[in-house]
Amino acid sequence: MSTVEVPPTKHVGQSLRRKEDPRLITGRATYVDDLALPGMLHAAVVRSPEAHARVVAIDASAALARPGIKAVYTGEDMSDLLAPLPMAWAPPGVEIKTPERWPLVRGHVRHMGDAVALVIGDDKYVVVDAAADVEVEYESLPVVIDVEQALKDEVLVHASLGTNKTHEWSMGGGGDIEQALAASDVVVQRRIVNHRTAGAAMEPRGCIAEYRAGALTVWSSTQVPHLLRLFYAVQMGISEDKVRVIAPEVGGGFGGKLQVCAEETMCAWASRKLGRPVKWIETRSENMAVSHHGRDQVDYVRMGATADGKITAFHAKIIQDLGAYFGLLTPMIPELGAFVMTGCYAIPVVQTDIVGVLTNKFFTDAIRGAGRPEMTHMLEVMIDQLAEELGIDPIELRRRNFIAPEQFPYETPYGITYDSGNYEAALDRALEIVDMEAFRAEQADLRSRGVLRGIGFSTYTEICGLAPSRAVGPSGFGLGIGLYESALVRVHPTGSVTVYTGASPHGQGHETGFAQIVADRVGTDPSVVEIVHGDTATGPMGLGTYGSRSLSVGGVAVAHAAEKIAQKAREIVAHNLEADPADIEVRDGRFSLKGDPDQGMTLAEVAGCAYVDATKMPEGMELGLEQALIYDPSNFVFPFGTHVCVVDVDPETGKVEVVRWVAVDDCGPAVNPMLIDGQVHGGIVHGIGQAIYEQVVYDERGQLVTGTFVDYALPTTMEVPSFETDRTETKSPSNSLGVKGIGEAGTIAATPAIVNAVIDALRHEGISFIDMPLTPLRVWQALEQARGDGNGPRDSEQGASLPAQGEGSAGSGPTIPEGGRS
Amino acid sequence: MGATVALQVTVNGESHDSEVPARMLLVHYLRDELGLTGTHVGCDTSNCGACTCLVDGESAKSCTVLAVQCDGAQITTIEGMAGPDGELHALQEGFWAEHGLQCGYCTPGMIMAAADLLERRTADGPISEQEVRKGLEGNLCRCTGYHNIVKAVQAAAEASREVAA
Ligand code: FES
Ligand code: FES
Repeated sequence: MSTVEVPPTKHVGQSLRRKEDPRLITGRATYVDDLALPGMLHAAVVRSPEAHARVVAIDASAALARPGIKAVYTGEDMSDLLAPLPMAWAPPGVEIKTPERWPLVRGHVRHMGDAVALVIGDDKYVVVDAAADVEVEYESLPVVIDVEQALKDEVLVHASLGTNKTHEWSMGGGGDIEQALAASDVVVQRRIVNHRTAGAAMEPRGCIAEYRAGALTVWSSTQVPHLLRLFYAVQMGISEDKVRVIAPEVGGGFGGKLQVCAEETMCAWASRKLGRPVKWIETRSENMAVSHHGRDQVDYVRMGATADGKITAFHAKIIQDLGAYFGLLTPMIPELGAFVMTGCYAIPVVQTDIVGVLTNKFFTDAIRGAGRPEMTHMLEVMIDQLAEELGIDPIELRRRNFIAPEQFPYETPYGITYDSGNYEAALDRALEIVDMEAFRAEQADLRSRGVLRGIGFSTYTEICGLAPSRAVGPSGFGLGIGLYESALVRVHPTGSVTVYTGASPHGQGHETGFAQIVADRVGTDPSVVEIVHGDTATGPMGLGTYGSRSLSVGGVAVAHAAEKIAQKAREIVAHNLEADPADIEVRDGRFSLKGDPDQGMTLAEVAGCAYVDATKMPEGMELGLEQALIYDPSNFVFPFGTHVCVVDVDPETGKVEVVRWVAVDDCGPAVNPMLIDGQVHGGIVHGIGQAIYEQVVYDERGQLVTGTFVDYALPTTMEVPSFETDRTETKSPSNSLGVKGIGEAGTIAATPAIVNAVIDALRHEGISFIDMPLTPLRVWQALEQARGDGNGPRDSEQGASLPAQGEGSAGSGPTIPEGGRS
Repeated sequence: MGATVALQVTVNGESHDSEVPARMLLVHYLRDELGLTGTHVGCDTSNCGACTCLVDGESAKSCTVLAVQCDGAQITTIEGMAGPDGELHALQEGFWAEHGLQCGYCTPGMIMAAADLLERRTADGPISEQEVRKGLEGNLCRCTGYHNIVKAVQAAAEASREVAA
């Protein structure tokens, strides 16, 4: 932890307008597809229509005959790649059967959309025509789509592995779970399906790769430029210093661009082969099929409690649908959720058992929240289920189990140390806004008029700020590389400042928030602090943006570097004023003498000493005003809060409408409250999307049914309300800013609040449990079943009991997609 | 690319005479031929609205229009929204002030759709949240949750009303 004294702030805490916006609102920003290089070629990928097949033959002659087509490559052509696409999680002591994934398939396709050939030509329309001309002969193989069916190993996704089960991973804490459950007064058990969703950033993926004179430059729509540089170097056998990756403007990520993408490696390889730049821009249809999906697990959960509502034990068996291969972090996702299995509650005994299972679908990986939404969903839905079982108000049940403020730092049974929290304060604030008494009166009134209104709560905490290196790295949790963040603060001779960060934003507002942090520390204005990111040729090694890590790791790195600059500046000023450095403070945009603010120097004057007139520097001090460092925090951070959702359910159609949302989040002291609100809004809508509208659906033959935005229903303006947001501020002791991440919190909190609200609306109709997605069809079926006409869904989907395996798996929904927008 | 067709369009006040392939989409003409890359592509099914621009004053999804269909048309893109000296359009100002964008990818389309919405509005008085939501239903945003986009458009409408009053 830093011991540097934080200066009195001026810009931090303000809702400063974003520095990045002028270029974005005038159409002057540069996304990857806005770039073109001299001699640039275009690429299109030939993809498998089959979910599982042997590739018998590929005939590219017709494609090659088209004017403008330069080459068609297959997996064999790329056999000189030195490494397959990476999976970067190797937990000590756990064996993970990892299927090899090459950019282009070598003999077999294993999911619809698997890449069979790469077509290169000089026009973007012509390469698409030519891709359709590539004749591929397939010999179909049996397909397994349902994850619990796949567990039976009757059909193998990778015959060479001998099983679809790639690994098991168990973690227990606090005692024996079976004993603890047996000793409980009540045990509630449910089967909860957390279905497959898409990241669906508005800008699809894309890249331009240029290999020239022995060096590779890749412009990529990515969240992790430095990781890409590392992996391109390894795959292509190019020294890392000869690889440069640039993330230009990136149009949203949500985890979908935390990936080493097959297509980008193909373009890099093809550029080296052809000696020309190669561009590939993903279509939305490709994006739905082959940008990694998220969630997709079947959870068997049991929660035990005493009769007076003390939770005694919580067990989750998670069957994770991996898809056909591993992405960068695929098998790790549920483990990340397991780390917050206890949520906000003092649950003494917990156990997580995870099974990873291959199916003939595209792979799943980190999407906004990555494991934590799934776990929070289980926990917060189960709290309400338990409350119902015990006849205790769900809010009261939460209060009885909250970890109290004085218990922090709190060590969970898994040995994770929660940094700080005040869960009741956030809940109380939310209740103040909601006014439960008024709500219940309104609910009763509406019900008498045929409107089914319900309210649902989610009191969450989550683990984010991904770092510290020792905890998450190769010898800890098993990530292939430790996580930390870099910063380089460079004051120019005129006193303006350039800051290089290893974080790599795609909409979050780093350029503004980081500038606020630096400006306060070096006594200048954020308008003259430029934040540079996303280019491996500029700043030091960086780890990128995901896991709500940018502020609490990258922002703190920037703060520390700026503080070191400020310290040097104080010494320079003290030297010139013949004062003690300890008596120099940053005040009103200057370094001035305490008690005599007329005496002082501006940052520009300090820079003048450091760069222009060395005689004004203290004896022995190095010239220049620049600081680079890498910050590795001591712990994760644990934001928390209460989300409250109010829904109306149409009893005739089953349509669920979110009519009100109250969110009280705590991410520590705000750097820019406006940016926090923006993250919360977007996060909640991501959750509403999953809970009600969005689902990636494959049919039983492995055909993707939701292949475009026509079938995959992202919420529009008409499907979501405006939000009532507020914050409490509990400092994290883990970093000198006291801040916690907020990028994923809304998504993590949202889905259980919606499910709990729908159940609250329908309970008097005899419905006590229902799974996502809460499409009109599913809700209507539940209502019909409760009304006793036999049209209802199967028991398994209701989760009332633990059913036979193989029913209603995640992501293998009905052939006709449910939902859609009105 | 097949046969080319002669095309004359006026984009952001500037006239262009081009020969374009018959099948070229308007969005690709704007981006690749004219270099106006502020108009984006976010889907291939006319759902997302990232490509929205104004054709003869009405909003159009430029991914769903052939360039040659616009022969003789007046087109406005996001690049044409600010004034000649760079002063921002009320909608650009509104989106900036209200944090109506994050990654910015949907933003040009949102602004153009909102321009059409405000232009066609005949009712007096402040524009309601519901009116804005209905008007922007054809434009998707994954980042903002729409909350601040709605506020941005309302703020722009209010600012324009004040100027007009
Ligand atoms: S790109 Fe035109 S609507 Fe999506
Ligand atoms: S701001 Fe990113 S999609 Fe709207």
